[in-house]
Amino acid sequence: MSILVIADHDNNALKNATLNAVAAATKMGGDIAVLIAGGGCQAAVQAAAAIAGVTKVLVADAPQYKDALPENLAALVVGLASGFTHIVSPATAFGKTVSPRIAALLDVSQISEIIEVVSPDTFVRPIYAGSAMATVQSNEKIKVITVRATGFDAVARTGGSAAIEAVAAGADLGISTMVGRELTKSDRPELTAAKVVVSGGRGMGSGEAFKILEPLADRLGAAMGASRAAVDAGYVPNDWQVGQTGKIVAPDLYVAVGISGAIQHLAGMKDSRVIIAINKDDEAPIFEIADYGIVGDLFQIVPELVKELG
Amino acid sequence: MKVLVPVKRVVDYNVKVRVKSDGTGVETANVKMSMNPFDEISIEEAIRLREAGIATEVIAVSCGVAACQETLRTALAIGADRAILVETDVELQPLAVAKLLKAVVDKEGPKLAIVGKQAIDDDCNQTGQMLAALLGWPQGTFANKITVEGEKLRVAREVDGGLETVILNLPAVITSDLRLNEPRYVTLPNIMKAKKKPLEIIKPDALGVDVTPRLVTLKVVEPPKRKGGLKVPDVQTLVMKLRTEAKVIE
Repeated sequence: MSILVIADHDNNALKNATLNAVAAATKMGGDIAVLIAGGGCQAAVQAAAAIAGVTKVLVADAPQYKDALPENLAALVVGLASGFTHIVSPATAFGKTVSPRIAALLDVSQISEIIEVVSPDTFVRPIYAGSAMATVQSNEKIKVITVRATGFDAVARTGGSAAIEAVAAGADLGISTMVGRELTKSDRPELTAAKVVVSGGRGMGSGEAFKILEPLADRLGAAMGASRAAVDAGYVPNDWQVGQTGKIVAPDLYVAVGISGAIQHLAGMKDSRVIIAINKDDEAPIFEIADYGIVGDLFQIVPELVKELG
Repeated sequence: MKVLVPVKRVVDYNVKVRVKSDGTGVETANVKMSMNPFDEISIEEAIRLREAGIATEVIAVSCGVAACQETLRTALAIGADRAILVETDVELQPLAVAKLLKAVVDKEGPKLAIVGKQAIDDDCNQTGQMLAALLGWPQGTFANKITVEGEKLRVAREVDGGLETVILNLPAVITSDLRLNEPRYVTLPNIMKAKKKPLEIIKPDALGVDVTPRLVTLKVVEPPKRKGGLKVPDVQTLVMKLRTEAKVIE
């Protein structure tokens, strides 16, 4: 048993979800190698070598990997695959993009977004927006897997001292080019890794109204999210969306403000430890899954809550 | 250029899915079926390319049981020019679908495949990337905006922290995200017209593809239920409970 974890990183730091993917790999058993493919990625390499439980870091440091383009990356991984029984990626935008490409090039199936490792060949994954849990067995020679971060507690960032090994870079296929990134700037924690998330829904009524949530998010050290309805209405950016087709979060505390609780939204947050719902409609489905519900006008309740928290 | 759009027949997104009591899957008998919403977005995008004079023909393809013809008729009613059903009763997994689509691409020669980013039944999010891999084409996943620029395709992609723009050589595969466009409503005259458009049926064997499933679903169960439903009368009580009961804030 030998597992390759494809790291999601920005050449400097590892994305948190990489640590959850390593945690899943640990449950599969066997040696764990982490691949850092990047350009000028030595800081990320050092970070990977320090992860608890990792035995080896494979490094492909070349300009053609700098932007994590899936075409070059998948070709690289396929060349490394023969020594491994499992190839595991975090189910981030990056992992979801590259992993199926690797699987198809290896002519093996992929198991997407696992939330539990039953045995080295059997995994649990949600289907139908989390309305059902499927236990799936793979007899493929190499198991290609993506890991939903919320299913596994992250391993420690430190405590490991993995060997670092360079691997030969492949050719630049030259069929895709990165031309730019417009990343949302925020001082708040990353949505999928935050301990507390404050989300607004259609009940907010406008983008301007989201400002009322900011003091609450500040007080709680929270990331801000939204329901699909709020994003569709143009209140907040697309990458705030929590739900089946957006971000999947499971913070210690999720505060749902003016969110009715459509199944597509619940799919993205119902594994949160504690859920608070604030909604003026006492029949809203969100109350059925909320640990603490409070019925009333959010524009009154939210400022009161900030005041009471002190 | 020709544009190929795969469409999947899935349980309608408004249906509350029930797990079968024998744990073999979810109830699909007598349940409303529809086109996967992301595939509707893909068809719409292809038609917009045709309306802009860039695409010459939009071909909708579905893989699965005979009833997928209904899904293809919907694609034709939205505006696809013709349809192909790769008909089989075998449970199709994404790798098998990608292989069937590759065979169809080899036959039809499209320059662009627009694939839904995920199907709302299995939530796999694999087929487009796998198709791109098998064809050796570049891929633009989670597309938010696409622009054809000569022999290249500019794709704005939705990634975790915002947007990313890539330029792909054509031919290419893109996968549609939610906000690529808003699909048009299907009109009655177009539903009538769709009935007369060509729909070809072929078998996986004819395409030389082995579609045998590689993964085995051992069981399907309901997720654990959350014990929610407690309402508190006021903010003071809420904060007290968060501090002393849930212990989630200081």
